[in-house]
Amino acid sequence: MGKFIAILTSGTIFGFGLALSGMTNAEKVLGFLDVAGNWDPSLLLVLGGAVGVTLISFRFVLRRPTPLLEPVFVLPTKKHIDTPLIAGAVLFGIGWGISGYCPGPAIAQLAAPNWETWVFIPTFLLGALLNRVTTQQPTLQTTS
Amino acid sequence: MSDFTPISALAGGLLIGTGATLLLWLNGRIAGVSNIASGLLSWKRGDALWRVVFLGGLIIGAYTCNRIIGTAPVARAGFPPALLAAGGLLVGYGTSLGSGCTSGHGVCGLGRLSPRSLVATIVFLIAGIATATIVRQVFGIH
Repeated sequence: MGKFIAILTSGTIFGFGLALSGMTNAEKVLGFLDVAGNWDPSLLLVLGGAVGVTLISFRFVLRRPTPLLEPVFVLPTKKHIDTPLIAGAVLFGIGWGISGYCPGPAIAQLAAPNWETWVFIPTFLLGALLNRVTTQQPTLQTTS
Repeated sequence: MSDFTPISALAGGLLIGTGATLLLWLNGRIAGVSNIASGLLSWKRGDALWRVVFLGGLIIGAYTCNRIIGTAPVARAGFPPALLAAGGLLVGYGTSLGSGCTSGHGVCGLGRLSPRSLVATIVFLIAGIATATIVRQVFGIH
């Protein structure tokens, strides 16, 4: 029970941050990605703020032998920069640049859903499913 | 029509980093939303509930923020639904193929100093910037 309260707390803080930062606003995201328009640099501060925290905090967290409430850290095991990584990032970037949504903000936007939410989330899941049935590969493995 | 909002952007970013830190510290999990969500597609016993709880937290957090600041993003009136659907498919397929999105590679991967995540983040930022600029400036779609 305690570990699910912890997960809910992490998710709630994360989701609050997504909404506060403006990431759930596709128009604002595109105002950053469209560098030839009336450029809005806000998202640099979102990413900078978030990475600024994790760059410091993850040092201390990953120095621990285990997480506080679970027996193991579940971390990505892939180390090589390969074609699926690059191709996936290109396709994701194109989809992000078209829609203005990446997965986190799109799901957080279920807090105040509109027609865009109901188009994006099902098609996002369908796209992920299409990849899974064509190339089944585990992305995360348990490490101790 | 874009306003620079440095304070809320930075504060939001700090909260996103804090949420990711708590999930890793307490539960040992990477806060990569594309993987957490798409992991639900292969429903494994004992692996689904934590994903649903985290995603539920995202929604509760955004709802709370919207209530406090008194606004929520509104849909774009003239944006073509077919284009949005194409975007959704590409985001789903691409994040699954590339093992992560803005949160998994961008926020958490960079925090772990992962070379894969650094490359992925640079690539999807360049692709996103090029695409958004072309769609809006060349085709005039907003």
